[in-house]
Amino acid sequence: MSTALLHTGTHEKKAVLSKKKLLPYWLLAPGIIWLVIFFLVPIYQLISTSTQTQGSGIGTYVQTYRFANFIDAITSSKAQLIRSFEYAFLATLFALIISYPLAYAVAFKSGRWKNTLLVLIVAPFFCSFLLRTVAWEQILGEQGLVIKVLRFLHILGAQGHLTATPFAVVAGLTYNFLPFMTLPLYASLERIDIRMMEASGDLYANALTTFRKVTVPLSMPGVVAGTLLTFIPAAGDYINAELLGNPGTKMIGNVIEARYLEIVDYPGAAALSLILMVTILVLVMAYVKRAGTEELV
Amino acid sequence: MVDASTSAHGDLTLKNLTKRFGDFVAVDDLDLVIPQGSFFALLGPSGCGKTTTLRMVAGLEEPTSGSIFIGNTDITYEKPYKRPVNTVFQNYALFPHLSIYENVAFGLRRRGVKDVDVQVQKALELVELTHLAGRKPNQLSGGQQQRIALARAIVNRPALLLLDEPLGALDLKLRRSMQIELKWIQTEVGITFVHVTHDQEEAMTMADTIAVMNEGKIEQMGSPADLYDNPRTSFVANFLGQSNLIKGSIVDSSGENKVVDIFGTKISLPASRNHAHDSSVLLGIRPEKIRIQPAGTSMTGNVLNGGVISDASYIGVSTQYQVEMPWGQELMVFEQNDDGTPPLAKGDAVAMSWEPIFTFGLPGDQDANAGSEANPDSE
Amino acid sequence: MNQLSRWFSRNLIRIYAFFGFAYLFLPIIYTFVFSFNASTKSNLVWVGFTWKNWTNPCGAPDVCNALGNSLKIGVLATFFATVLGTLMAFAMGRYAFRGRSIVNILIFLPMATPEIVMGASLLTMFISFGFNPGFWTIVIAHVMFCISFVVVTVKARIASLDPRLEQAAMDLYADERETFRRVTLPLVAPGIAAAALLAFSLSFDDFIITNFNSGDVNTFPKFVYISAQRGLPPQANVIGSSMFLIALIIVLLGQFVGRRRSGVR
Repeated sequence: MSTALLHTGTHEKKAVLSKKKLLPYWLLAPGIIWLVIFFLVPIYQLISTSTQTQGSGIGTYVQTYRFANFIDAITSSKAQLIRSFEYAFLATLFALIISYPLAYAVAFKSGRWKNTLLVLIVAPFFCSFLLRTVAWEQILGEQGLVIKVLRFLHILGAQGHLTATPFAVVAGLTYNFLPFMTLPLYASLERIDIRMMEASGDLYANALTTFRKVTVPLSMPGVVAGTLLTFIPAAGDYINAELLGNPGTKMIGNVIEARYLEIVDYPGAAALSLILMVTILVLVMAYVKRAGTEELV
Repeated sequence: MVDASTSAHGDLTLKNLTKRFGDFVAVDDLDLVIPQGSFFALLGPSGCGKTTTLRMVAGLEEPTSGSIFIGNTDITYEKPYKRPVNTVFQNYALFPHLSIYENVAFGLRRRGVKDVDVQVQKALELVELTHLAGRKPNQLSGGQQQRIALARAIVNRPALLLLDEPLGALDLKLRRSMQIELKWIQTEVGITFVHVTHDQEEAMTMADTIAVMNEGKIEQMGSPADLYDNPRTSFVANFLGQSNLIKGSIVDSSGENKVVDIFGTKISLPASRNHAHDSSVLLGIRPEKIRIQPAGTSMTGNVLNGGVISDASYIGVSTQYQVEMPWGQELMVFEQNDDGTPPLAKGDAVAMSWEPIFTFGLPGDQDANAGSEANPDSE
Repeated sequence: MNQLSRWFSRNLIRIYAFFGFAYLFLPIIYTFVFSFNASTKSNLVWVGFTWKNWTNPCGAPDVCNALGNSLKIGVLATFFATVLGTLMAFAMGRYAFRGRSIVNILIFLPMATPEIVMGASLLTMFISFGFNPGFWTIVIAHVMFCISFVVVTVKARIASLDPRLEQAAMDLYADERETFRRVTLPLVAPGIAAAALLAFSLSFDDFIITNFNSGDVNTFPKFVYISAQRGLPPQANVIGSSMFLIALIIVLLGQFVGRRRSGVR
């Protein structure tokens, strides 16, 4: 990293050097303080709450270092936990399959429309994701055309429905995170020098082999980034499960929300949150180590 | 704010200038005086420290020790914006968000100069690009960008103009015409130019004085003719053009001419062109100075017999021969195709000779191959 | 027939992309169409076409209040997140300092933490310190999770900056402050603008963290979520569609201007 700032006159050298050395810390300070207070401290509190138990009065809690909280949490919500990761995994997979050709098309086959198409990929963001999810609920719902067509074609039974199914939840998750998957993929593909693909063709590889052995490996950083940006929020989501699912499709996010806002069991909710967070971190670290990306940020 | 026209003027003096990056010594105790108003070239292979030296003069790099003076003003630790020095960067570094006009006007505006418009127009006229004033840099060709970078620097009338391999990215024809143009502009404007390059032909074409640098030190400094005709180190001999360097020993140093014995043959070496410390000497003769004839022809001057042609390449202007000598060394001979005689062929036995005044002698302990790998024209 | 199949195989991926974009925009088009629905209670069945919703977008109770809150929060959060994040990005992109990897992790963590964990833990902290959730807790929370995205965006832009441009500026008599003002900042500005836009979108669209930390204050996503169970008024569709169109126009305009300014022909 080259520092664009340079030296000074000899007599000023010592003083300015120390002022300059501190400059990055001054620049970082406000942001770091904010993150420490409003991110680290809450997480720390979360960790300490997770081992507390109900105190004497309602709504008070005492620190008892009860690690059994975690066991309780897992036993009571094991199904939802596993389901969350299943759904997140499926959603990530589908998002990757759908997004990759899309990103490829925009990176290589779009000509003058490239920038416009990029904007169009991001554009759905501009319409509230809740509105879009509600729209899916209505499109796939009883009044929607999709059901009617599928029933007509006998793909669905006469009583068959799409909403309130795991299918709808996964579909909703996939749809919501498509831009998160497409953009990093696009960024990675766009950087590939087209001459490398030409060289591959020159060395007797057909289109499929070139894709497999040149394009895909070179786009891996984008794949890693995109899958991370999709999987992590998907695992903790509960909106899609709420709007598009049924009580049998509840994800861990729904459970945590209920514990916090309805049942008001803070230690239990905290324990669940911690388990979710740690599991995600562990999966991410293992994945990143295997995929080999050094700088995440 | 710096007004370059009233600030330091004079020769550029570098004294004991050193730059270390950790353990690596990029510039090693450099002593150099560049006369005001001259076109000076710093020539050397990549990594020799020439660009680092230039950056220290510009103020973009801080010396580890030593000093830099313009005239009597010590600028060693001055910030770049306080020095009456401007740089033409290798990749031009034109500001992409400003128009050509604003690029050229940039330095003038920072210095608070009054008649910006007049100066900018004059500078653009000098490089013949007045019609591009409204464009952006990415709309210009490489050669045009280079000329704008030059205009942007010159318009400030600095005491010193530094050029960091400015012609590297241009194709051959354009490079040649730019070399002539740069030389012309320098004589017109009278500013000291310090030109850094690895291209020895470029340096010799443009510069009044060349300093050849290698591994942080100056090997030799002088006019192009000086350096070419009378090299003092094997590096210079091999880096500028090509040389034949033959191991020998001085057997008679009595007269104006020394007599050197190379593997049995006696060669005459003018004393003034001998730079060996003792009797061990590397005898040097440039390939184009050697006359070559079929063996048995009587020749005058320094005569070398016993060679056999191992390769002959016809290059249109000349024919280049590799001649294998009895002691195993291959000598190079360049013969101009100017007398209609057919070229000699591989396997022919030949006799060679040259005028003694072209011989030069280097210290015997020097590396005969120094500088030749760095020279892209030699094999 | 052969020519048709050849055209097909060459353009297969473009055809796919077309369907991909159609899929992306389907719910948006649906939302837009149903914004013209003449229904009063729930917007599930198409009743008839009307302009009324568009001429009276605040007709449904609390819609415009929620929208106003979201916009105010968005602007405030964007401002603070962009400032804090840009400062950090410059520190990380321009200087060598000790503790770089720790800072990297600190920036990465909010992006890797599930929203529900951040939202819930933040609420717990606010309550334990005696602050009731409301307008300002939302702003604080939004700034918190937007900073990381701003840092990443601006840092990328800074990294693509050729350091020799700043050296050239100094060579041409601009001191550090002028170099920053006239060369660095103009060249980094598009990155900062992109980061601000990103921060605003993240803030405006946020639900989970907001839900936990808003108390009684309504935001637009919250409004949609709550109404979805009872029946979403078409005015919500109107607002959603207009936000979409306005944002789209702004971005496309920005692209157009950017292209003109850099002189690309």
